[in-house]
Amino acid sequence: MRSSRWRLPLRSAVLVYLGLLVILPVGTVFYRAFQHGLGAAWDALTTPDALHAIWLTFIVAIIAVPLNTIFGVGVSLILARHRFPGAWLLDALVDVPLAISPVIIGLGLILVYGHTGWFGNWLAAHGITVIFSVPGIVMASAAVSLPYVVRSVLPVLLEIGTEQEQAARTLGARPFTVFRRITLPSIRRGLAYGVTLTTARVLGEFGAVAIVSGAVAGRTETLTLFISDSFNSLQPESGYVGAVALCLAALIVLTLLTVTDRNRDAWHGKAVA
Amino acid sequence: MSIEVESITKRFGDAVALDDVSLEVPTGSLTALLGPSGGGKSTLLRIIAGLDTPDSGIVLIEGEDLTHTPARSRGVGFCFQHYAPFRHLTVRRNVAFGLEIRHRPKAEIKARVDELLELVGLAHLGERYPSQLSGGQRQRMALARALAIEPKVLLLDEPFGALDAQVRTQLRLWLRDLHATLPVTTVLVTHDQEEAMEVADRLAIINHGHLEQVGAPADMYDHPANEFVLTFLGSATRLGGEWVRPHDLVVHPVSEGKPSATAVEGTVARVTHLGFEVKVEVDLVGEESCWVQLSRGSAAELGLQAGQRVWVARSDASDAPNHRHPILSA
Repeated sequence: MRSSRWRLPLRSAVLVYLGLLVILPVGTVFYRAFQHGLGAAWDALTTPDALHAIWLTFIVAIIAVPLNTIFGVGVSLILARHRFPGAWLLDALVDVPLAISPVIIGLGLILVYGHTGWFGNWLAAHGITVIFSVPGIVMASAAVSLPYVVRSVLPVLLEIGTEQEQAARTLGARPFTVFRRITLPSIRRGLAYGVTLTTARVLGEFGAVAIVSGAVAGRTETLTLFISDSFNSLQPESGYVGAVALCLAALIVLTLLTVTDRNRDAWHGKAVA
Repeated sequence: MSIEVESITKRFGDAVALDDVSLEVPTGSLTALLGPSGGGKSTLLRIIAGLDTPDSGIVLIEGEDLTHTPARSRGVGFCFQHYAPFRHLTVRRNVAFGLEIRHRPKAEIKARVDELLELVGLAHLGERYPSQLSGGQRQRMALARALAIEPKVLLLDEPFGALDAQVRTQLRLWLRDLHATLPVTTVLVTHDQEEAMEVADRLAIINHGHLEQVGAPADMYDHPANEFVLTFLGSATRLGGEWVRPHDLVVHPVSEGKPSATAVEGTVARVTHLGFEVKVEVDLVGEESCWVQLSRGSAAELGLQAGQRVWVARSDASDAPNHRHPILSA
């Protein structure tokens, strides 16, 4: 039997590939983080710089993810429900952050919002610092994670079509009611997926943030920058623990979304009982 | 008049979907917009509902000009060809939708939904999701949902189009009964003339964006306004240069002599048995071929076979003066 002869080597190959690229490296980071026991790991995680990096990453995510969620749903609705000249351009522009290196995005942000940039003088005159500061980090994170919600929601919107929305209109629903009661529930799985990807990307972004933040420890360092910095400055233990914290954050996001999604299903079941 | 459309014109790019269409739908009637696919019937229905806007012309419902009123405020119940069920809501909540967004009291909503589900025969399926229903059940759910808001008019776009033949026949009768118990002014779009004649009490025939004729099914069958209506509504064939219904023709053996002045001689080309009905195709002398619709009994009596020489004549009834009218005898 040909298939059974190949089954074992194929499985082994997949496992080895995954093992070499993901399981072994990530596992080693976890191992190193707890190498000297939980106490040591806790100490490394609660240094002021580490805590600030966690806090900053949290702040950035809590701003950038909702922004991109709203923007992403809006753009998806525009692209799916309206025909207008230049729609193809908007569609293509959304993908730009996927196509180009995050470093270029960071660089572009400095050129526009930096001291010598287009808006530099105006921003300085109004006492607003974007680059080497939190706003810049948020902008960079939002820019690189911009396509994910659109790319997860747009196909769903196109697939469900407009008939349900039209039916809701004939039944007396205003545009916002149609959106809240029909469109949003219909796209919620795609949206949850998009939000998860966006969050993961924001938490893990390094290149663009490294350029715009200036990576000042305790001030403009996100977790990824903190990990890299710790590693380079010969304090690798902090880096390992930071990495574990980042992994846990991503895990929490995933779990939350899964749980809320399941709750919504249950809610549908209960509401009619 | 419950629904009036006046001089409606609608273009999609270069294509004219509706060209100066005016139509009146009386209160309480069940009117079918009938015509070939792509003729503009659905567009007219959508314009009445406010889902499409006409380029010119006006829409009145109960005498009120609603041309520029959004769909949500027209008080129109609309059923889509593919039912457009809210997939994330149960049958109950689909039906309740129009009442929930109007913030009616819960008890009132429950009572109304129960009553409607009973009416459409889905009382036992209230907790199901649309994906768990058959096509016919989804159709009835969509009807209940549209009826929940007590619409002034009910608009049905190809309501039976996506169903298999047996369910379609059942639902037609069911819809006619429903309309009898709940006489909401109803307009339904269909391309199936048999369906239109069976369900509707009035027909409006639309072709290439034009309204060809409006009237009661039997009247239109007997007095079609033009050739299109004649050929679209039931079958027609030509004898002696005139249009005639195939069931208004009779066949005589050539040996019996010319039965009437308008009879034409020909050769039987083919005899097809379709259950009770027998279709006889005859190649006529000096004109194109025609076909005659006979009952099984009379076909057997004549013993018709391909190659046989026969006379084809109008039956006595159809030759009577009161049965001859401009189009059928043009």
